[in-house]
Amino acid sequence: MLSVADVHLSFGGLKALQGVSFDAAAGEITGIIGPNGAGKTSLFNVISGFYKPNQGHILFEGKDVSGLKPDARAHKGMSRTFQNIALFRGMTVLDNIKLGCHTNLSANVWSSLLYFGSAQREELKARKEIEEEVIDFLEIDHIRKAPITALSYGLQKRVELARALAMRPKLLMLDEPVAGMNREETADMARFILDAQARFGTTILLVEHDMHLVMDICAKVVVLNFGKQIADGVPHEVAHNQNVIDAYLGQAG
Amino acid sequence: MIIGNRKTSYLEDEKILNNNYKKAFVFGMIALAIALPFFADDYTILMASLVGIMLIAVVGVNVVIGYTGLLSLGHAGFVAIGAYSVSIIHNLLGEWGVPDVLQPWLALPGAMGVAALIGILVGLPSLRVKGIYLAVATLSANFIIIFLIEIDTFSQWTGGRLGLTTPDPNFFGWVLDSQREVYALIAFCAFATILMVQNLFRTRVGRAFIAIREKDYSAEILGVSLLKYKLTSFAISAACCGLAGAMAAYFYAKVLPEQFELALSLQLVAALIVGGMGRTMGPVFGTIIIVLVPEILKISMGAMMGSSIEAAQLRAPIQEIVFGGLIIGFVLFEPLGISQIMDRFFRALNRWPFARG
Repeated sequence: MLSVADVHLSFGGLKALQGVSFDAAAGEITGIIGPNGAGKTSLFNVISGFYKPNQGHILFEGKDVSGLKPDARAHKGMSRTFQNIALFRGMTVLDNIKLGCHTNLSANVWSSLLYFGSAQREELKARKEIEEEVIDFLEIDHIRKAPITALSYGLQKRVELARALAMRPKLLMLDEPVAGMNREETADMARFILDAQARFGTTILLVEHDMHLVMDICAKVVVLNFGKQIADGVPHEVAHNQNVIDAYLGQAG
Repeated sequence: MIIGNRKTSYLEDEKILNNNYKKAFVFGMIALAIALPFFADDYTILMASLVGIMLIAVVGVNVVIGYTGLLSLGHAGFVAIGAYSVSIIHNLLGEWGVPDVLQPWLALPGAMGVAALIGILVGLPSLRVKGIYLAVATLSANFIIIFLIEIDTFSQWTGGRLGLTTPDPNFFGWVLDSQREVYALIAFCAFATILMVQNLFRTRVGRAFIAIREKDYSAEILGVSLLKYKLTSFAISAACCGLAGAMAAYFYAKVLPEQFELALSLQLVAALIVGGMGRTMGPVFGTIIIVLVPEILKISMGAMMGSSIEAAQLRAPIQEIVFGGLIIGFVLFEPLGISQIMDRFFRALNRWPFARG
């Protein structure tokens, strides 16, 4: 599904990523963990196209997408959320989610200007799908007309997930979906992530600091430290890897 | 909870005029615009036409500044392009022997197309720079366009500094040679422009513009190509301004390059700020204020100071001060402009007498 092949990234002298390679299997949840500054978000930015790797490739469904811009990757079916919520704050929840459908709609400038006709049909169809597939699914029907600024942090994270899901992505990248949430909200979010995986068969890539969540829902975990990949494998294996323990707790002696 | 607001289909929920008071307001405006030429005096028609011409341009400016969030101070240049293109195309068509009845149907889209192309060209810097830097880039575009119009090399087509005599369009065999007749065309074009631009923001294209304004990297991740949509935004905006220019050319007997200098660009932006950026009705309210303030000043100062030369000399600086005060006042106290005030008013009206605000 997604292969990261020997990716190197540096900013001047700072080596952010040094030879990261892993595969994310189709329909599974792959976790990326590591201490602060390990390069997790940099890796996400390389995969989604904001950074160009100095070396290495990103393969998506067997094709090299390293040269594509973020918007072209979105059209291929890659979607993501951001660590610090990147919703459109001036818009309502519904409009935010509608923007998530951008790649699935086809109205051009001319049909948009006229609206009545094909654009309207398409809009109403999209609205129905959003209501039935995304808003009901994520239980945000009570806030669909609310502006983003009026929502709590946990709900904003959920709306961002809704926006990413509205695209019907093949690959969904979640950057710290439960950061700053309490136990209940974390449990809700975990349920939504698992439901999305089960219902849409989405491949999910997850960066998260909440180890309980990562160990519980990921099929595979990749561990980064100072830009280097120090371990990968099933959660149980990784949790007992000496390198990983050293990275998180420091070496004894 | 707002009651009396039940919707039973998505179609109903997607409607813009979702409130009877709004509906009454909009249809009232349309009825007034249609009825105006039958009873109004020449002065009212003149004012209404000026509002209409400027409104079309401000709607265009709203697309780029209000919705896409790209600060542009060069839109008077596009108005100039529209005014000159339409006249030049009419002249050329006349030379080639194209019948009068066909000319406006080629000249109007032609002028809008030329303006859109120039708009794309001027919009290119927006791919690299934002905010004040883009404002400077577009500002210089305005100066370059006026320079090219005034330069001797092209004066055989543009008339140079002396201006260009403009044609009277012939629609279906009806020559619009009085201001009252052109007013009807302007009113139609103004309503059509508002409606079409409003439609844009009910679909993915307009939403992409707003996404770019709000967070460009987030827009990109959702599949919005910044290159494509920023330039599209500039093209649509410039086409609207081109249409406004064409209307100005039809309305006046002559166009002069100095009509389209920086002062007009600033006036367009001022109207947008006063009316409300990124709102459908923003340009409408803003334009009415910006066009009527000088007239009110003229009348009130005439009443206070008589029609002496001193009074006339004082009027221009006072007008600038009033404009400046309006902009500062709105930016500080009501950044979303008059349309925000009107929204609050309609909301209160809709809930009255059961709830306030």
